[in-house]
Amino acid sequence: MSDHNYTPQSKVGKWFNDRLPLLTLANHLTDYPTPKNLNYWWTFGGILTFCLITQIVTGLTLAMHYIAHADMAFESVEHIMRDVNYGWLIRYIHANGASMFFLAVYIHIFRSLFYGSYKSPREIIWIIGIIIYLLMMAAAFMGYVLPWGQMSFWGATVITNLFSAIPLVGEGIVTWLWGGYSVDNPTLTRFFTLHYLIPFLILGLVVLHIWALHVPGNNNPVGIDIQKPSKDTVPFHPYIVIKDGFALLMFMIVFAFFVFYTPNILGHADNYIEADPLVTPAHIVPEWYLLPFYAILRSVPDKLLGVIAMLSAILILAALPWLDTSKIRSAVFRPLYRQFYWILVADVLILGYVGAMPAEGLYLLIARVATAYYFLHFLVILPLLGFREKTIPLPLSITDPVLGGSTNFATAKNKEKSVIK
Amino acid sequence: MKVFCKKFTIIFIVLGVFNISNAAEKVDYLKTDWSFKGLFGKFDRGALQRGYQVYTEVCSSCHSMKYLSYRNLAEKGGPEFTEAQAKVIAASFEVKDGPNADGEMFTRPGKLSDKFVMPYDNVKAAQAANGGAYPPDMSVLVKARGGGVDYIYSLLQGYDDPPEGISLDEGVYYNKYMYGNKIKMASPLSDGIVEYSDGTIATVEQMSKDVTTFLMWTAEPHLEARHKMGFKAIVYLIILTVLVYFSMKKIWSRIETEV
Amino acid sequence: MAEKKTKRRDFLFTATYAVGAVGVGAVVWPMIDQMNPDASVKALASTEVDVSSMNPGKTITVLWRGKPVFIRRRTQEEIAEAKSVKMEELKDPEKDEDRAKNPEWLVMLGVCTHLGCVPLDQKGDYNGWFCPCHGSHYDISGRIRKGPAPTNMEVPKYEFVNANTIKIG
Repeated sequence: MSDHNYTPQSKVGKWFNDRLPLLTLANHLTDYPTPKNLNYWWTFGGILTFCLITQIVTGLTLAMHYIAHADMAFESVEHIMRDVNYGWLIRYIHANGASMFFLAVYIHIFRSLFYGSYKSPREIIWIIGIIIYLLMMAAAFMGYVLPWGQMSFWGATVITNLFSAIPLVGEGIVTWLWGGYSVDNPTLTRFFTLHYLIPFLILGLVVLHIWALHVPGNNNPVGIDIQKPSKDTVPFHPYIVIKDGFALLMFMIVFAFFVFYTPNILGHADNYIEADPLVTPAHIVPEWYLLPFYAILRSVPDKLLGVIAMLSAILILAALPWLDTSKIRSAVFRPLYRQFYWILVADVLILGYVGAMPAEGLYLLIARVATAYYFLHFLVILPLLGFREKTIPLPLSITDPVLGGSTNFATAKNKEKSVIK
Repeated sequence: MKVFCKKFTIIFIVLGVFNISNAAEKVDYLKTDWSFKGLFGKFDRGALQRGYQVYTEVCSSCHSMKYLSYRNLAEKGGPEFTEAQAKVIAASFEVKDGPNADGEMFTRPGKLSDKFVMPYDNVKAAQAANGGAYPPDMSVLVKARGGGVDYIYSLLQGYDDPPEGISLDEGVYYNKYMYGNKIKMASPLSDGIVEYSDGTIATVEQMSKDVTTFLMWTAEPHLEARHKMGFKAIVYLIILTVLVYFSMKKIWSRIETEV
Repeated sequence: MAEKKTKRRDFLFTATYAVGAVGVGAVVWPMIDQMNPDASVKALASTEVDVSSMNPGKTITVLWRGKPVFIRRRTQEEIAEAKSVKMEELKDPEKDEDRAKNPEWLVMLGVCTHLGCVPLDQKGDYNGWFCPCHGSHYDISGRIRKGPAPTNMEVPKYEFVNANTIKIG
C-alpha cells in the first residue's frame, strides 16, 4: 500500500488517525488505483459483498424468530411466513439470496478463469477465494437443513453419510456429526449454530481476500501488469464505485424478480413437507448450485472414490495457479485456451444438468464423460497448453498504442471485442 | 457493455432452461385461469370464500389446516370475511382449552386467535381412521406439490375408472393425476355436495377451482402484498438504475473513456 | 452555458442520491418492523375474565399481554377511603372515579411504574399495594403515595361484556 503516508487535514482527524489509522484506511480504499479498462465481469466482487451483507442481515433477523428444534423448526418458519411483520419478505430474500450469491460467485470464478486472475502474483487471493467458496457451500447446505422439511432432512442424511465413506473411522464420524444414530434434533441445533457462525468466518476471509488483492492490485482484461497509479488507473471512488453500483442495481432487478414473483422456483416442493424419518422423497436433488459436484459424486460407482472425486473437483482449483503453465494471463491473447475455456463452461453446465436427472442410463454415461473431461481439463490440457499454445502478442500497456497512431486504449479494447466474438 | 449484457442474458436463459427441465416429469394438468398469477395477480374473494366453504364442509373432516387461525379469514388479502363473520365462524367450532383453575381441560367456543381445529388429535389417529394413509395437512399443500395449483385442481377432477389391467385394493382409487395413479382418498367432490350461499352452482369443476384458490391463499397468505410490493420495488430499481447509469456516464466522461 | 452544464450534473447527482436514500430507508424499515409484535401476538391482545365467583375484598391476578393485571372487588369501606383522599396529597393526582368507572371494581396493570416489578397485595402504608423492589407504596385505588415510582399504576382499556365478564384490551 503506497499511500500509508496520508495525513488528515483537520486537527481532530489527525489526532484520531495517529491513534487508530481508520482515516488512512478510508483514504486508501477511496483512492485505490484501479485499472480503468475493467469490464462488467469485474463488478461481481462488489455484488458478492452485497450478497454477503444481505444474507447476514436477513439471517440475523430470521434468527430472531426461528426455533432450532426438530419439533418446532418447520412451524417457526411458517410463523415467519405468516405472522412476523415482513417475515415472508425477509425469508424469501434470504432463501433466494443464497441462489443469487452462488450465481454471482460462479460468474466471479469464471471471470477469474477467463482472465487468468489466479496467476502470479495473485495466488493467495485465489486460494482464499476457494476457501470462501467451500465455506459458502457448507453454509448453504446447513441453511437448507434448518426449515426441517423433507429435503432438509434427507439432504442432511445423504450429505452427512458421505463421511461414512472414510475407512475405519467413517461411521464414528457420522455418528459424531449427528449427535445420535440418525439426523435428529442434536444435528439440527448444531447445524444452526454453524450456519450462524460460518458467514462471519466468510466475512473475515473476505477482508483478507480484499487485502491480498490490494497488494498487487487488480488484474485487468488485457492481463498485463500496469503502473499504479498511472494514466492507466482511476481512483476507486467515484469511478469504480458508480460502475459497481450500476451493475449491482441490474443484479438487484433480477434478484427482486425472483423474490417477488417466483420465490419458490429455485427451491424444491418437498421442502414444504415437514421432515419425516420414515419416508424418503422420490428424487433427492440438492440445490442447483451444488448439482455439478453432485453429478461428479454419482458418476463414480464406488462410495469412497465418489466422495474423493467430488472433493478433488473443488480442491483441484486451489492448485490451478501451478497447473496453468502459461505466462499469459488473459484468454484474450490465448486463442486455444479460450476455446478450451468455453468447453469447460459447457462441461460444468452439462454436469449441472445431469446432476438434476436420475443417475441412470444415458444421463449416467454423460455424467461420466463430463466428469472425466473436467479433470482432464485441469490435469492435462492446462499444463500442456502453456507449452504448446501460440499466443497473440501483448500490447505494451492498456492505453499505449499497439500498432501506433491511437491515443487511448480503444485499440486494446477493440482487439478484445473482436477476438471474444 | 453490450457484450456483457448478451452473455448475461445467455447465462440466464441457459439457467432458466435447466430449471424448467428440472421440474418433475411433465404431466398435462387441467388448465384454468388463475386470478392470482401474473405481475398483478390477486385472489378472487368470492372464490376464496366459496373455497373456504368447500374446505370446511368437505376437506376438513380429514385434512387439518394447522398453521391457520380464524383471524386469518378476516385479514387483508385473504377471503376478507368481516371481523364479525370471522367471529361467528370461529365460535361455531369447539376448542379445547385449559387447564382451568381446577386443573381440568374444557371446551369453549373458538376465538379469532385460535388455530383451525384439527380433525384428529395426532398423526397416528389420522392414520388409523384413514386406512393407514395420513391425510396431509393442507396449510402449505399447494407449495408442497410439484405441480402446485394445477396439480391439485386436476387431481380433484382426475378420478376415473381404472384402465384394463390395473387392479385396485380395497380403499384405493384410480386417479389420472396422482403419482402412480393410485390414491387412498375417495373422490371428495360431487356436483352439489355443498350449497354456495352466493348462488354459484357447485359443479365439481367450480368447487375444485374454488378450493384450490383457497389452498393457494393458505399456502401464500401474503401473495397479494408480495405482488404489490414487487411491482413497486422493480419500478423503483429501474428508475434508480437509469439515474445511476447517467451519473456514471457523467463521471466517466471526465476521463474520456467509454464505460 | 458551462454554468448550466454544472447545474444539470449537480441535479443528476442530487436526484440519484435522493432516490437511493429513499430505497435504503424502504429496505431498513422491514428489518426494524420485524421486531414489533407480530400478527399472532396482536391477536391475543384481549383477554376475557370471568369474575362471577369474586366476593368483595378479593383480588385476582390474570395474565394479559404477558403482564399481570390486578382485578379487585373493593369493599364499601375501601371505596369510601379511596374517594376521601385529597388531590393535593397525591404525587400523581387522579380521582378514584376516573380510575374505577364502577367503584366496586378496580382493574389495573399490576406493574410498578418505577421499574416494572409486581407490587404485593394488601401491603404498605396505605392499605393498598407495596412494591418490594424499591419500596413504592400504592393506595387502594392504585395511586402512588410514597416511594420512587413516578405515577399511579396504569389502568388498561377494559369493559364489562356482561355482569360477570370483564374484557381487558
